[in-house]
Amino acid sequence: MMSHEAFVFLSYAATAVTLTGLLAGILLDGRARRRELAELEAQGVRRRSKSAGGISS
Amino acid sequence: MSDTIISQGWFTSLANPTRFLALSGRILPYLATAAVLSLLIGLYMSFAAPEDYQQGMTVRIMFIHVPAAWLAMMCYSVMAIASIGTLVWRHPLADVAAKTALPIGAAFTFLSLLTGSLWGRPMWGTWWVWDARLTSVFVLFLMYLGLMALHKAMDDSGRAARPAAVLTLVGFINIPIIKFSVEWWNTLHQPASVMRLDGPTIHPSMLYPLLVMAIAYTLIFFTLHLMAMRNEILRRRVQAMRRQAAQAIGGGA
Repeated sequence: MMSHEAFVFLSYAATAVTLTGLLAGILLDGRARRRELAELEAQGVRRRSKSAGGISS
Repeated sequence: MSDTIISQGWFTSLANPTRFLALSGRILPYLATAAVLSLLIGLYMSFAAPEDYQQGMTVRIMFIHVPAAWLAMMCYSVMAIASIGTLVWRHPLADVAAKTALPIGAAFTFLSLLTGSLWGRPMWGTWWVWDARLTSVFVLFLMYLGLMALHKAMDDSGRAARPAAVLTLVGFINIPIIKFSVEWWNTLHQPASVMRLDGPTIHPSMLYPLLVMAIAYTLIFFTLHLMAMRNEILRRRVQAMRRQAAQAIGGGA
């Protein structure tokens, strides 16, 4: 049987790992999307709305 | 009347993803700072709080378990409101909001189940029981996973929007079931001790750290959600540009 301290430690550690993992996943996803956008723009692909002078996505 | 027009105009302007990116980009640093600060204060208060006379130090699990459970339900409620936005007003960002809340809600639900299990073992003598509260939260977790699978199953992100919105609203029936399960059925899980009509039954020395942690979790949720929404807007922008480039090649051939 684990000590009470171990149950508390495991709970806080699991929370820290899960929330940090979630944050890291979102940050990496954002970085990948911005890289893709930059590559497309470097290839000369422009958003239709932008080329037409609009501002929508 | 003019106020209504102004507020509608402001709200509609948010439907423009470019404006949303600009506005969220300005808000995010403040939101993230507030989330980190409130989390640090909440953690300090959680460990400075006295031990429970019966539960000893395991009561500290409450400060991360209860906010996770609240957020699991709040996140689904945000998705349900966004789903109404998708179905009724076809707000362009409503589907983005509903889709990006999914993994965050799943993570909070997972944490509420896991920390609940780690609290249950020393206090109840068991990791898990199929009582109404635990089972309904487990069903919520499965619903998050099911909706994530639905979005993954569609190539075009826009195609999943309406079926996912309908499913989300149907699944919302589970939220009041989770909330009132401890009153409607005989459960091992204790009844509500904070959100009660006759006021909280927890001593202020434990209630205040719990409320600060709940604020911290809420700020963490909105920070992560805004970040994920911005990513999803960029993902859809990339998809649209790739489609456009492919059409240009096809048209030129």
